[in-house]
Amino acid sequence: MRRITLALVATVAGVVLLLSYKTSLSGPGTNAGSGQVGAPPGIVRQATPAPSTSDSAAPRPATGGDVTVNGSLQDNGFGPIQVQIQVSGGKIVDVVALAQPADGHSRRINSYALPRLRQEVLDAQSAHIDAVSGATATSEAYVKSLQAAIDAAHLGGH
Amino acid sequence: MGTWVEHIMGMPVSLRVRGPVAPSTVDEVFAGLRLVDRLFSTYRPDSQISRVNAGTLRLGDCDPLVRHAMGLCEEARERTGGYFDALLPGPDGRPRWDPSGLVKGWAVERAGALLADRGATGFCLNAGGDMVLRSAPGQPPWRVGVEDPAAPDGLLTVLAVRDGAVATSGTARRGAHILDPFTGRPATGPVSVTVVGPSLTWADVYATAAVARGTGADRWLAGLPGYRALVVDRTGTRATDVGGLLPTQNSR
Repeated sequence: MRRITLALVATVAGVVLLLSYKTSLSGPGTNAGSGQVGAPPGIVRQATPAPSTSDSAAPRPATGGDVTVNGSLQDNGFGPIQVQIQVSGGKIVDVVALAQPADGHSRRINSYALPRLRQEVLDAQSAHIDAVSGATATSEAYVKSLQAAIDAAHLGGH
Repeated sequence: MGTWVEHIMGMPVSLRVRGPVAPSTVDEVFAGLRLVDRLFSTYRPDSQISRVNAGTLRLGDCDPLVRHAMGLCEEARERTGGYFDALLPGPDGRPRWDPSGLVKGWAVERAGALLADRGATGFCLNAGGDMVLRSAPGQPPWRVGVEDPAAPDGLLTVLAVRDGAVATSGTARRGAHILDPFTGRPATGPVSVTVVGPSLTWADVYATAAVARGTGADRWLAGLPGYRALVVDRTGTRATDVGGLLPTQNSR
């Protein structure tokens, strides 16, 4: 359980980097405009509000209940970005954006980056995925790859 | 949950059924797909399509399934403004039939209809990444990962689909294998197009035609009622969501 929590915090950090890829010279924290954007970063227990405001150096191990983890608030040059991950029973069940810039350029970037975030989170838990659609799926090599792995997981696990 | 996997039409075909299913029904599903392969494969010199191309069999004398599929190919050509075309010049310049781009989806859709006829209410029939899905009331939706064309061991997103079809066409991994029928050259448009809708025949045709179409594929897809799409551009860094396919990012 601790491992998965650490891993997902690392993922949050990685994805924030991804979202910040097109960063302009303006540094983080410059919330374009409105004052109350985003939420405190770190692990947020649903019962008790998050005590943690550090940059997730020592996250608490999850205990199998429902946990919410906020990424840090970043600015990609177009506006503030923050993501949040939901964990239930040790499994990551969702990834949402708490804040994202609203201009068209950012929307296009996010339409790629946010699904990609979901990928990073979810592909370690292929039991949550029933099938994969892809252009490469018709290749013979694919038999040994993703679909086969998922089929095998379901054959063994259910 | 029962799972069966066979290798047919050059790809893995997996069937997953929630709840009981008669073994004879499963046999029927795979037998139907093998029959389509025997009739249509351009890799088999004795298939009816190969014989039509060789000039030793007239289209009018083919199996009714072949004639039906060829009629669908003509309809596909019309529906896609010519960007799906089963009649393409071969290496020698003579026109050759290659209905593979339609037949795969159509065969899997037929197999899905057969499963439903036999009483299966929840199933996922996935032929190399193109699939039909059904969920009985009370069952959760199927979770379908969309492969990332830039990193084929990863996923772009995960779609929740209760009932319908998901098809992806593109130029990833096997190189540019979709030709622009107007130039005869490999398509240089989107690298990957995923289409979700009620029919796998048409989801697959639309995805293939969108890749062949290239520029303007997004707008064309947006005009297809009942179908949604995810278009990944050539750089692999930009995905366009046509019709609200992606999970809503701020709510669930």
